[in-house]
Amino acid sequence: MKDKPQAPDQPRRFRAIGEAYLYLAPFLLGLAIFTLYPVIRVFLMSFQSDYNYLNGTYAGWSLENYQNVLTDPKFTQAIRNTLLYVLAVVPISTILAVVIAWLLNRRLHGSAIFQTAYFKPMVTSITAVGLAWRLMYNQQYGILNYVLSVFGVSKIGWLTDPKWSLPALVIFGIWNILPFTIILLLSGLQNINELYYTAARVDGAKEGRIFRRITVPLLAPTIFLVCIVNTISSFKVFSELYPLFKGDPGPVYNLYTVVYYIRYMMMEKREYGYAAAAAVVLFLFIFVFTMIQLFVKKKLRNRS
Amino acid sequence: MKVRLEQLTKCFGNVTAVRDFTATLEDGELVCLLGPSGCGKSTILNMLSGILPVTQGNIYFDDVEVTRVPPDKRGVGLVFQNYALYPHMTVRQNICFPLEIQKVPKAERLRRAQEIAKLVHVDALMDRRPVELSGGQQQRVAIARALVKRPRLLLLDEPLSNLDARLRLEMREEIRRIQQQTGVTTIFVTHDQEEAMSISDRIILMREGVLQQNDLPQALYNEPANCFVADFLGNPPINRIEGVWRDGSFCLKDGSFSLKLTPDSPIENGRSVILSIRPESILAAQPQDAVFSCPVSRFYAMGKEEIAYLRFGSVEVRAFVPAELDLKEGDRLPVSLRGRGIFLFDAQTGGRLI
Repeated sequence: MKDKPQAPDQPRRFRAIGEAYLYLAPFLLGLAIFTLYPVIRVFLMSFQSDYNYLNGTYAGWSLENYQNVLTDPKFTQAIRNTLLYVLAVVPISTILAVVIAWLLNRRLHGSAIFQTAYFKPMVTSITAVGLAWRLMYNQQYGILNYVLSVFGVSKIGWLTDPKWSLPALVIFGIWNILPFTIILLLSGLQNINELYYTAARVDGAKEGRIFRRITVPLLAPTIFLVCIVNTISSFKVFSELYPLFKGDPGPVYNLYTVVYYIRYMMMEKREYGYAAAAAVVLFLFIFVFTMIQLFVKKKLRNRS
Repeated sequence: MKVRLEQLTKCFGNVTAVRDFTATLEDGELVCLLGPSGCGKSTILNMLSGILPVTQGNIYFDDVEVTRVPPDKRGVGLVFQNYALYPHMTVRQNICFPLEIQKVPKAERLRRAQEIAKLVHVDALMDRRPVELSGGQQQRVAIARALVKRPRLLLLDEPLSNLDARLRLEMREEIRRIQQQTGVTTIFVTHDQEEAMSISDRIILMREGVLQQNDLPQALYNEPANCFVADFLGNPPINRIEGVWRDGSFCLKDGSFSLKLTPDSPIENGRSVILSIRPESILAAQPQDAVFSCPVSRFYAMGKEEIAYLRFGSVEVRAFVPAELDLKEGDRLPVSLRGRGIFLFDAQTGGRLI
């Protein structure tokens, strides 16, 4: 029988742990002040009715904020828009990114130019780019309508027609999220041993089958990572919306998103409790979606 | 299937990896491509499989030229050095994959996979993933995957180099058994001479992309075509003594040692030559039978025998001596030489003189 390892003297152990925490302290302090405290504060604030920002007083604890937010048609509209946005942007951008990353990874002629082109959005300011997209979306002179007119499509009021404002936001959102997604997927692709492809090719596998049966399954962990990261960031859609409609939520105030609603309640209505409650609801949405994704991932892994 | 390589040449830019390589493999043979790293053996394998295009020369499978036939139309099975098993598939899926590509019906796929798995003894592991297998098991699965499509030629690229010494011995015999059971013509690439000697019907020894000798394993050892072949084979390595030819004898340059030899054709005086003597060709003799005697400088025990370092004039050579001789350093040992295992090579060309 093996002897149990002797527990070190208590004081010495405490000193060792204390030392470790001392090294961690600067980081933990920053985390506590800038992340932990605001999170807790928002959570508490969402249950405080009539919170006054200036003197910190409130009328009492209640679910009033939640009742008001959840029955606010602006908020239900925001939830609907945000969900549609997420459900459109995440799958489309992921599929596009997988295909583009795969093409980039094949080192075709001129792929260096394409790499630069695809990564460009990542290093440019989203506000500046948003303004450029405003021009491209312009009904009369925009390049998008010009290109479409070549195919005989009549001019679309991307930014003026409420029917088209969500698609316009989605297209811009996909374009904006693509580079980061491609970078992640490309690094995932580069981690796949070239030998698997060679082995499959010697057996006579065509590119399509190799892509389906080898590349995608081996890339699955990265694809899931990308999905989760993009879902979270898409739920927080705001900076794509703001420049596109000059700060308004769509042409006829039809394009509230949850984060836009939070800002609106906070900065324009000064209803801090409402804003906090909306933020908590958003958090729950993101939490549930991420859990579902992790669950699916686990299921898939066990199945195959 | 018979395989013929005719003046095969492969260049990578300015580097010639394989030069004018000509050889024929008979149907059902297991041939080893042997040589030091970077000698072009894997290049030849990749040209046979069709992964690498040929720069010059031709490849024939059963007298049909396949030099420019794409890999999947050649009917070769390839086993990679690190197996390249698909990590996301089970053993069964891995073995079935080549058949899936050939659009073999699913029931037959499974049946053939089971059959081949039984042959290589992995039929109990069919539902495992490659990460759950030991190195030897992965190797077996890789061989099964290469064999399942019934290739006409099986190519093994250093298949044992990732295994530990003991497993390597076992797998070596396994590969031999599987090859004999299936009768598939097999090419086995290795840099391990012992592996090559023990497993193959024939060995092709290469150096810097050039074929050195294509022969039976024992012939390679007993009748090396040149100095490189003699140096490459044998453990401990052959004794290599540089000197000159003078009046029917090999002489050290400083004259401290000489040995009378009888060449088939005369050698001119003063030619730089290399005398190569296998350690087992130097025998400890009774004083009356000795050709000469020489001092023992040091020795190592190696199981039942000892390796003694003997001084032949100013050079040191290795020889096997029986442990019961009980030698001490500085003793003089009477020595006789065996007829076999003594070679003379030209120092410039490495060509065999005796």
